[in-house]
Amino acid sequence: MSDIIVGIVAIILGVAGSWAIYWLLDFLVRLLPVKTQEKLRAISFLLPAAVLLIVVSVLPFFQTIAWSFFDKRAKNFVGFENYATLFTDSNFLGILLNNFLWVAFVPAITVGFGLVFANLANNVGPKREKIMKSLIFMPMSISFVAAGTIWGYLYDYPPPGRPQVGLLNAVVEAAGGTAQPWLSIDSGRLNSFLLMIVVIWLNAGFSMVMLSAAIKAVPEETIEAARIDGAGPLKIFISVIVPQIRGTIMSVFITTVIGVMKVFDVVLAMTGGNFNTSVLGYEYYRLFFVESNIGGSAAVVTILCVLIAPLMWLQIKTARHQEEIR
Amino acid sequence: MNKFFAVIRNWRLGSTITLAVLVVIWSMPTVGLLVTSLRDRDEAAATGWWEAVFNPFGQIWSLDSFNKAVEGGMLDSLLYTLVISIPATILPLVIAANAAYAFTFIEFKGREIMFASLVALMVLPLQSALIPVLKGMVWLKKTFGIELVGNFASAWIVHAAFALPLAIYILRNFMMTLPVSLIEAARIDGASYYQIFWKLIIPMSVPAIASFAIFQFLWVWNDYLIAFIFVGEQKSVMTYKLLRLLGQYGDGWQTVAAGSFISLVIPVIVFFALQRFFVRGLTAGAVK
Repeated sequence: MSDIIVGIVAIILGVAGSWAIYWLLDFLVRLLPVKTQEKLRAISFLLPAAVLLIVVSVLPFFQTIAWSFFDKRAKNFVGFENYATLFTDSNFLGILLNNFLWVAFVPAITVGFGLVFANLANNVGPKREKIMKSLIFMPMSISFVAAGTIWGYLYDYPPPGRPQVGLLNAVVEAAGGTAQPWLSIDSGRLNSFLLMIVVIWLNAGFSMVMLSAAIKAVPEETIEAARIDGAGPLKIFISVIVPQIRGTIMSVFITTVIGVMKVFDVVLAMTGGNFNTSVLGYEYYRLFFVESNIGGSAAVVTILCVLIAPLMWLQIKTARHQEEIR
Repeated sequence: MNKFFAVIRNWRLGSTITLAVLVVIWSMPTVGLLVTSLRDRDEAAATGWWEAVFNPFGQIWSLDSFNKAVEGGMLDSLLYTLVISIPATILPLVIAANAAYAFTFIEFKGREIMFASLVALMVLPLQSALIPVLKGMVWLKKTFGIELVGNFASAWIVHAAFALPLAIYILRNFMMTLPVSLIEAARIDGASYYQIFWKLIIPMSVPAIASFAIFQFLWVWNDYLIAFIFVGEQKSVMTYKLLRLLGQYGDGWQTVAAGSFISLVIPVIVFFALQRFFVRGLTAGAVK
């Protein structure tokens, strides 16, 4: 009970407090001469955001990079030793391969499903469209851990002799096959692909919503013109609609790539990184919380950041581009 | 002409059927877990959930697994999660709205560069900051006796900081669409920038604020990592609890299934009730 009271008090204090901070900043700025006021005005609105970002995200980020050159306990400088250890470890190379597979498959398939859903939904009439889209979109509001539970049940492999209560194995047995412990089969990285399905399931709705909005914004005349020229639906889609929504496709793709690079919770919930399913996000967690290896986990994060950096640049470019359109 | 309409009608029917099949496939995993959570323990261990769906009257339905999940502390976790999620949604919004206002309406040196760095920060993985922040908080406790780790406040701060780039980005994009003439008129009437912000800009930005609020609320509610590192076991949130349940599912899927459902009731309600705003938020900006 006391926690709830603490929470409510904190909410009130937090809102009143942050309001008071801005009031105080404004008050202080207005005490100054008019000329100085002009210069400091922006600061009175930006200061809290800047302080929070610098203290909680920018400085710690540089600290992490620095620690990646230190030993387990972040005490002694070891140069590139952490990186050398990682890149000569076959497990870690397997992890990089997994991350690569995630990025190679999940974003493209997510965009593909999004396009299929968006197109189908466009043809079914507004009422059905709304309901069906909501149902496909719903997993978006579920946590990765809950999704891991839902799919863990679907892939369930009971001890021998027990009945199949997991859907996948039941289907396999009904088709005459034998039940498999799916999540521990790593040949061809099958288990990693089974985890990817979960993330695709979660993200397809997002992709659908974004692409559907873009498709609806395509001018009707361009489609009509192609139709008069005798183009079929598929032809219209590929050569009229897709070129006009390329920007949205790219942005959904990039967003999914970034999300997939950082994937962590699903792996934690479903396999705990076992059976060669680990990824960078999980390896970071394991090195720090299981092995208490600060230097090592910092090096893993730094590698992750280096891999994400080009996307950062793409993101800035897309943002600029959107501004120009406006 | 009739032929044309016939094609359209078939096209529509085909689309409806295909989409309906896909919707069923998409919903099946969730439905399976829900059905399981409502079944009797022995029956659920003996037959698949689909048998219960095909034969609903030959089944024993029970709420035992929900009782068990509640006994395991699932309701406490629900409260903890709420106490973390609400401030972690409001706090970044207040801070971000102020910053977005400065980025939109006030000219200052380095505005472009600062905004570009903000966009870059949107991509930065959370993990890159967590350990130093954790160490910093431990140091604060040792030196000044301020206890953040293990309390909700630490999660609020970290969530707020990592929400800021996206929040500022979305709010600024929205504020850019507001009429500048209105603000200039208010200036001429003698209103200060501060008054304009609270009396004009905030009320006009409600749609964007609402969409980010929903987005952030769902994000915080579903987060595991920050809650695990900064709040920990004493006040374990839903994702934390669920993961522990999952680790000990020796006594069947029942309790885990019920636990998952308790954990996703609130986000799903929020989602369905406010979907409109959520979609607007997504289309307005990128996603974490």
